[in-house]
Amino acid sequence: MALKKFVVGCFDEEGALFDAVKKVRKSGHKLHDVYTPFPIHGLDKAMGLRDTSIHTAGFIYGICGTTTALSFITWVFTKDWPLNIGGKPHFALPAWLPIMFEFTVLCAAVGMVITFCYLCQLAPFVRKHHFHPRATDDLFVMVIECTPKSDEGEIKGFLGSLGAKEINVQQAETGWWLGRYDKEQKLYHETETVSA
Amino acid sequence: MASKEFFEIPKRYRTWSYALIGVGVLSLVIGYILYGAGEHPARFWASLLQNSLYFLLITNAAMFFICATTLAWGGWQMSFRRVTEAISVAVIPLGIIAGIVLIALVTVDPHIYHWLHPKGDKILEGKSGFLNTKFFIIWTILAIGLWIVLGYKMRQLSRSIDDSPLPDKETSWKYMYKNTVWAAVFIVWFALTVMSTVPWLWLMSIDAHWYSTMYSWYTFASTFVAGVALIALFVIYLKNQNYLPYTNQEHLHDLGKFMFAFSIFWTYLWFSQYMLIWYANIPEETVYFKSRIATSHYTGAYAGLYWFSFLINFLAPFLVLMRAGSKRNYTTMAFMAIVIIFGHWLDFYQMIFASVEKDHVTLNLFDFGVAVGFVGLIMLSTGRALAKYPLIAKNHPLLKESIIHHT
Repeated sequence: MALKKFVVGCFDEEGALFDAVKKVRKSGHKLHDVYTPFPIHGLDKAMGLRDTSIHTAGFIYGICGTTTALSFITWVFTKDWPLNIGGKPHFALPAWLPIMFEFTVLCAAVGMVITFCYLCQLAPFVRKHHFHPRATDDLFVMVIECTPKSDEGEIKGFLGSLGAKEINVQQAETGWWLGRYDKEQKLYHETETVSA
Repeated sequence: MASKEFFEIPKRYRTWSYALIGVGVLSLVIGYILYGAGEHPARFWASLLQNSLYFLLITNAAMFFICATTLAWGGWQMSFRRVTEAISVAVIPLGIIAGIVLIALVTVDPHIYHWLHPKGDKILEGKSGFLNTKFFIIWTILAIGLWIVLGYKMRQLSRSIDDSPLPDKETSWKYMYKNTVWAAVFIVWFALTVMSTVPWLWLMSIDAHWYSTMYSWYTFASTFVAGVALIALFVIYLKNQNYLPYTNQEHLHDLGKFMFAFSIFWTYLWFSQYMLIWYANIPEETVYFKSRIATSHYTGAYAGLYWFSFLINFLAPFLVLMRAGSKRNYTTMAFMAIVIIFGHWLDFYQMIFASVEKDHVTLNLFDFGVAVGFVGLIMLSTGRALAKYPLIAKNHPLLKESIIHHT
């Protein structure tokens, strides 16, 4: 975990943001992330993000659930505690299928939620830096990471020319740390605010 | 090559559809000579029943698809909606054929519906309020007739704005409202027929003593998934011929999701029907599976077919269509659509023949020949309907939603 320097540009329109994302990528600046109040179709593609593999994880969790359920029920009803239920065979697969199915769904769903939270670094008592509080309200926030080569002033001017309504530079922690959001904390350290 | 507004039926398409219909007619004639005029006409009539009902119901599923999406105010299907409309035109010829076959089954009586003679049979006498010739004929005509009429109304509504764009928001709202109402009327009638009474009357009553509460859902799921596969097939064909400029992988992906999801839904009903009967183990219910399934000490004649249809109707779509990539691939989708249509045809075969001819499987070229004839008929009537009207409903208020559609 390290402190890094970011240039943050806030847009108030979806269209302007799309355009800006494309131009920023083209210009070779390092796009850290884009924060929007709602999911925007096609933005991931415009940002050049790869497809998520969470469904592969879900498939694996599901298969684990199926095998666990099948092997456990089989062990219980054929080895450990065989019961005669209505004269049915001990290995009564049709009766187990609903349970296997439900357990598959449970494992896949819970597993994917936990994985998703892990990937987003979301957990109780865990905090992350927010670049702009209004990203959850009505602003589309684009964050560009400064590399040793890049020039802040130039990036700021570039963002302004793309139509950013608010531009600032932030020194921020990229990872998570222990803490809570409801404790009053200054959300970011503003070095400078330029309104275009 | 710029895409065209109207579909021109290619020469090969027309030749193929006539050739397939010819094969179908030839099979019918040969089948009639071999079976229909012989001692067991049931073999001949059951094949007619299977094919006419199956293809009628999968084309009718296209209209259900339109109405369900209209009712939900869905926009994504608008770029290829005319294709579904054209498929639903095939309900007219197929409905007439199926109607004739069904009425012949209760009037000529080739020993398929034994509830026609309830005398002395307590159970059949008890059911005779529902299972009787008069009600059967009236309900059959009413069901097919209203599908045709309401389907026509929906298509006509869609075409009515082709030359007269909706001038303002007010009229657009009114137009959408009118569409919604008529779609709702169709859906209600669909629920009263395909999703309940019609499979009881036409199919389940072959085993008149037996009943299953899952049966109509099962039939619906079977025909709907095959119907979506048919839509996908036509969309892919037209796309290949350079039509449908606004339809792309995003739309194909959603059709693939439908095929995937309803294959699972079909399996869910397939299993539920079996499990409830297996669990209760009541002789008058388990009799249905006697010819269909293998147990440790008895193997039904249709067990192989039964499991094969499970294999290609569940495992194949489940494993192949699970990945997003395969749902967006035209070749995979076309292949899976054919597999699903064939698989559910086979399932229909099992539903009817395992009750009519319980002792041995008689599937042969005759059945395939009749099926091929119906395929030709669908090709012909859909092709003609496609050529008649513009392929894109260009003035529909929701068309833009389909153009920018993104899964």
